[in-house]
Amino acid sequence: MTAPLLQVRGLTAGYGGAPVLHDVELDVPAGSIVAVVGANGAGKTSLLRALCGTIGVTAGSITWDGSELSGTRTEDLVRRGIAHVPEGRGVITELTVEENLRLGHVWRKDKADGRRATDEVYAMFEPLVRRRGSAGHQLSGGERQMLAIGRALVARPRLLLLDEPSLGLAPKVTAQIMALLRRRCDETGLTVLLVEQNVRSAMSIADHGVVLSLGRVVASDTAERIGADDDLRHAYLGF
Amino acid sequence: MLDRLSHHTLLRHLLLTLVAGAALVALTYGLSPYRSYQLATGAAYLCATAGLTLLVGLSGQLSLGHGALMAVGAYACALTSAELGDAGTTGPLLLLLPLAAAVVVTAAVGGVVGLAGARLHGPYLPELTLTLTIVVPSITTTFADRLGGDQGLSVLVEPAPAGLGATFPLERWQAWIACGAALLTMFLLANLVHSRFGREVRAVRDDEVAARLAGIDVARTKVLVFVVSAATAGLGGGLLAVLTQAVSPGGFSLAFSLFLLMAVVIGGIGRLAGAVWGALLLVVLPDLTTSLADRVGSSPALAERLDGNLSLLVFGVVLIVVTIAFPQGIQGLLSSAAARLPRPSRPGPSPSSPTRSSPSRPTSTSSESIDV
Amino acid sequence: MDRFLFLTVDGLARGATFAAFALALVLIWRGARLVNFSQGAMAAATTYVAYSVTTASGSYWLGLVAAVVAGLVIGAGTERLLMRHVDASQPLNTVIVALGLVLVIQAVLGILYGSEYRPMDVPFSRTPLSIGDQPLLSPYDLFVLGTVVAVMAALGWAFTRTDLGLTMRAAAFAPDMARLLGVDVRRMLTLSWGVAGAVGALAALLIVPTELGAHPHATDLVFVYAFTAAVVGGLDSPVGAVVGGLGVGLVLSYVSGYSGSDISAVVILGVLVAVLLLKPSGLLGHTSARVV
Ligand SMILES: Nc1ncnc2c1ncn2[C@@H]1O[C@H](COP(=O)(O)OP(=O)(O)OP(=O)(O)O)[C@@H](O)[C@H]1O
Ligand SMILES: [Mg+2]
Repeated sequence: MTAPLLQVRGLTAGYGGAPVLHDVELDVPAGSIVAVVGANGAGKTSLLRALCGTIGVTAGSITWDGSELSGTRTEDLVRRGIAHVPEGRGVITELTVEENLRLGHVWRKDKADGRRATDEVYAMFEPLVRRRGSAGHQLSGGERQMLAIGRALVARPRLLLLDEPSLGLAPKVTAQIMALLRRRCDETGLTVLLVEQNVRSAMSIADHGVVLSLGRVVASDTAERIGADDDLRHAYLGF
Repeated sequence: MLDRLSHHTLLRHLLLTLVAGAALVALTYGLSPYRSYQLATGAAYLCATAGLTLLVGLSGQLSLGHGALMAVGAYACALTSAELGDAGTTGPLLLLLPLAAAVVVTAAVGGVVGLAGARLHGPYLPELTLTLTIVVPSITTTFADRLGGDQGLSVLVEPAPAGLGATFPLERWQAWIACGAALLTMFLLANLVHSRFGREVRAVRDDEVAARLAGIDVARTKVLVFVVSAATAGLGGGLLAVLTQAVSPGGFSLAFSLFLLMAVVIGGIGRLAGAVWGALLLVVLPDLTTSLADRVGSSPALAERLDGNLSLLVFGVVLIVVTIAFPQGIQGLLSSAAARLPRPSRPGPSPSSPTRSSPSRPTSTSSESIDV
Repeated sequence: MDRFLFLTVDGLARGATFAAFALALVLIWRGARLVNFSQGAMAAATTYVAYSVTTASGSYWLGLVAAVVAGLVIGAGTERLLMRHVDASQPLNTVIVALGLVLVIQAVLGILYGSEYRPMDVPFSRTPLSIGDQPLLSPYDLFVLGTVVAVMAALGWAFTRTDLGLTMRAAAFAPDMARLLGVDVRRMLTLSWGVAGAVGALAALLIVPTELGAHPHATDLVFVYAFTAAVVGGLDSPVGAVVGGLGVGLVLSYVSGYSGSDISAVVILGVLVAVLLLKPSGLLGHTSARVV
């Protein structure tokens, strides 16, 4: 068995002095979708922030593709193959759809491939095509989510960090986006670390599930089993 | 209980003011006329810096135009004294009425500016007050026939009262006047800081929405602080007019406004005691740099260029260094140094600590330091 | 009517330089959420650079290039060496440091050059050309207008069409998100300051020779007018800066043309107060949510 693409060991991190993540362990094998679920405030967003170095890590290691990740500047992550779609999507509302997408690959030397990747995104998320020239603030929630994911994908990342894509979207739109994502992974070998509150939709596309509660990993199993475990749901996810 | 405590504060401020006043009077007998004059100038500056530090620190409103407000006071003082002189007024009224006019007129101007500024956030109030520093001098040239243009006006000032003796130096008399006004200002402001109004002002600074929910009229509070601050600037300007016996627009340039701000920043924003340090610096630093310029400047031409500019340079550098490295200013440094000293009977956070206060003594309670 | 036409054209030519200067303020405001109160003093320094280079080389154009380069260096250097170290959580701090810089720059200029005005030449005649017997624009006015229009067009193109411009805008609008997208936000900010410094230098060099010449305080008034223009137009909006600049130029021109020039500062104060009270975000400013 090969080492996972991303390996987190003993991660403790937080805001200022107080840690909100305690001793988190996580493996993300290449080509898989790993879903992290948990109630509000469980620390899901903070986990992604710790991976990106936007909050302070006080202990533990983050191994990315065989080498240590912590210490990498946030702006260099995407160059190392990690793209982050943050909570609330991060569409830059003053820029158009086209410009947001261009921003996704603007750092790449290979301009031709950047354009190719953009075309692929338009093919994947067709609603964006008619909205090319619209400013970000004119988009619907679903369109914004598509744009945010598309903007991450044009960088051709190896790992996509995705924070609550279902937030504020109709179940149908969520399902559609999830399905497209799954297909993309199967076709291109993309690896995804997905953070969700919506357990059902997350586990429907994930290979592996992790449950986070009060900053600790309380369960880690195949997505199927996590999704089927009613006790777990009652205990940690509140329904 | 509360009533008695606040009563206490008032008494202590009064006592402190009287002691400081007596000390200053005694001091003037040991000073040369030139030093007395400098003391008087410093006291005039203190009126303005105390009001400015209150405005910036207590209410978070930044004014770049306090120099211009001082000019308003100076001109109001000069015009009133000319009117009174024409009417044949003599005696204390010739001094007091013009100073009162300076305070009232400047407070009114401050009210107008404060009214516009009360709704503004971010860089807009500094911009508005900055414009003031351009507008006020230009008004003096527009109405040159009344305001004397670039030449300015002269101010009628009587010598020291005969009762003090024939040899009593005018400078000592001026120092008494200015120090008296400055002490009065400090006394009133110190009490204002610790009044209910002072607390409301701080509440508004910290969170306007919360203050509004707590029933505070935010706009009124901000305007009132600006009026108070302008009034003290007007008094300072009036005093300067009395001291120099003249006013002209050149004395109230943008650089002068920046000097006042610098004095406040270096002294420690929001700290009345810091305003004393600031005023002191305003008097001492140009003196120091002038003598330095004389020493370094090998040729007279170079010395002339260094003169003035050197103090500008020092002021600017100090302003930058203090803001980056010691944002609490001199008074803040003193306070934290005092706090680090072992004190045998340091009162803990008892109910009386919020009123432990004195404008001219380094203290360490957080309620004293009204940092921004 | 003829006089009105003349004043209008004259106001537009002056307003164009205010617009450029206001644009410099907007560039920094958008990137750093601070008003660069030292913009005027920086520009004053660059006019001395132009003065010295032109005096030494005899070429106006060399002086112009030197001033613009100096503006770039001073602007970028200020951000790198000074502003970066200021605790910006208190907006007051950045304002105070900028004001300290004003004192430093003006003092250094005073020590180096003294406080007399240094008249500066312009490369074209300042005598108005007449159309029919109506005096209108001078060749120099045309040069000023042309330069400002060219610079605006170039900046507009660079910001909307080039990758660098796109990353600069992204860094200004949404620094945290831009960072996740691989943008070096700090460097973009330095660049914004540099560009602003260069634009400010150019604007100052266009206007200072038409007045008394280089002086440590030569740009004080220009700064106030440009700041007013930026506020009137909306500090967020480059287009607003242009509109505001032209507006301020026109107002000044009409006021001084019809009434005698001394009250123009008062009128500008009136305009400013009116705009601040009626529409504090400026005529073309907006207060939209930034990142969704
Ligand atoms: N900027 C911040 N500063 C301080 N504490 C924070 C900050 N952001 C989040 N926290 C705290 O960290 C903990 C974890 O928050 P986090 O945002 O990671 O939760 P989450 O699992 O993403 O929740 P949600 O499902 O609501 O998005 C919470 O207790 C929260 O209060
Ligand atoms: Mg979250």
